[in-house]
Amino acid sequence: MVTSEVSLEHLQSTARKLRRHIVKMLAIAGSGHPGGSLSAIDILTALFFGNVMRYNPQNPRWADRDRFILSKGHAVPALYAVLAEAGFIPEEWLWQLRKIDTPMQGHPSVKDLPAVEASTGSLGQGLSIGLGMALAARLDNRDYRVYVMIGDGESEEGQIWEAAMAASHFRVGNLTAILDYNHYQLDGAIGEIMSIEPVVAKWEAFGWAVREIDGHDMRQIMDALHWAKEPREQPSIIVAHTVKGKGVSFMENNNEFHGKAPTQAELEQALAELAD
Amino acid sequence: MARPLGEATREAYGKALAELGRENPNIVVLDGDLSKSTMTKYFAQQFPDRFFNVGIAEANMVGIAAGLAASGKITFASSFACFVMCKAFDQMRLAVAYSGNNVKIVGTHGGISIGEDGVSQMGHEDIGLALSLPGFVVMVPADGTETRAAVRAAAEHVGPVYIRVGRPKAPIVYENGCPDFRIGKAITLREGRDVTLIANGLMVAAALDAAEQLEQQGISARVLDMHTVRPLDEEAVEKAARETGAIVVAEEHLVYTGLGSQVAMAVAKRYPVPMRFIGLTDYAESGAPEALMRKYGLTADDIAREAIELVNMRQEAVV
Repeated sequence: MVTSEVSLEHLQSTARKLRRHIVKMLAIAGSGHPGGSLSAIDILTALFFGNVMRYNPQNPRWADRDRFILSKGHAVPALYAVLAEAGFIPEEWLWQLRKIDTPMQGHPSVKDLPAVEASTGSLGQGLSIGLGMALAARLDNRDYRVYVMIGDGESEEGQIWEAAMAASHFRVGNLTAILDYNHYQLDGAIGEIMSIEPVVAKWEAFGWAVREIDGHDMRQIMDALHWAKEPREQPSIIVAHTVKGKGVSFMENNNEFHGKAPTQAELEQALAELAD
Repeated sequence: MARPLGEATREAYGKALAELGRENPNIVVLDGDLSKSTMTKYFAQQFPDRFFNVGIAEANMVGIAAGLAASGKITFASSFACFVMCKAFDQMRLAVAYSGNNVKIVGTHGGISIGEDGVSQMGHEDIGLALSLPGFVVMVPADGTETRAAVRAAAEHVGPVYIRVGRPKAPIVYENGCPDFRIGKAITLREGRDVTLIANGLMVAAALDAAEQLEQQGISARVLDMHTVRPLDEEAVEKAARETGAIVVAEEHLVYTGLGSQVAMAVAKRYPVPMRFIGLTDYAESGAPEALMRKYGLTADDIAREAIELVNMRQEAVV
């Protein structure tokens, strides 16, 4: 299957299904982060099911696989949803999110799930780890690509910019960052807590190739992911403008759902809105 | 009584790393703009493709090291002990310890014996920080020869390692190599009956000197080189407690969280005996290294004094 044959409708329908999985697993868990999971899921869906990334669910540690690191680790429900859909983990595991004696940790953990590439959740770390993996590809003459999703609030961490400077200095063309710019962080609107603007100019100034998109427009997402694969001697970043809580009316741009799970009644309403 | 000075342990580290680089193409090295001081420059000169100078950005350095290790590389990352442990602690916690990545952190300029540069450059607490990371092997070699053995052992060990080395030339403890070096196995440098002196790093030579002083006063002191703080050789500690009945621990580190604390836990658990602790209780200052070691109580005389007090205390108890 070549990329052009993956229909946008199919990706949109998959994303809708994974949104249902996200709200359901969070409701069952009783805690977790819906807002940032729902803002990220369209991009993750395109990465995993748009024939963008190379991977093998039967061999998650395949040396030539493309890597995806969820640096904004609190959006782990979105990651688990795509891992289950791709066949890395059974779908039943989703309903064990955050439960003791299961691998479904509240933030991504490599020790618990081999399909997870990096343990994250202390914000700022994923891009450096992805850079290390990108450098290893160069040393080993492998052609895999490393994708790292970072958050907008996370971009306030100094380590993000240390990694940004180094990735450009080391000319890693096989590293692509994706900024899930949903415009909220835990305490409120990004612009009120700590603005990251002008964010595009910042990344350009750090030597990255930058593309700005609507992170919920599947065509724009796919185009940007293809753009990211073009050969170049600099890292690339997709600045994706998204909506926190996207797809569930009462969660959209409602920062109350940054870190609060839906109740049973809220779940039922959300599932109704997300029905096919 | 002074032992001849050999190479600095950081110098031995740099040379050992270059040797390992020749033997194993899978070894990669990172540094944070201190390669001329940490001595990773020897590796950098010979293997520029496998050396990454990340600039003055320790957190990023450890993150990159984790990514390289997760991709199958044996990754060494170096800076001064205080900078790498304090500035990249969160990265060591999540990306190295919790993730089980095969990263070797080597902190140079450990302790106060760096001298004139002063407190901001001195590793006072690096070992304690490393010990608070589950899964980390923590080593503090005594001289150049032992450092080479420790670096080699670290490369062979699969999992996170912290090695602390120092700036000044180190007194020679191992004149004829260090063939018995094994991670987690103390080396008995001197047998004794009345008291045991347990030390690592530069304090090993001081402990040997103290044992000679004690011998002249009729006290037989055992000396253990506890080069590995974790996993601690609890067998050797228990044996020392049972056979000598008193233990002095000496380290160039804050006493709150280092070798002394670890040995005390083992002694309390296995065979309680009176103990004394030689180490820092506060930040030091600028000055000549030897003068600092004297002022902050890190000499053979200090170790001998504590040992004599312990032995006298026991004799009084018997009387």
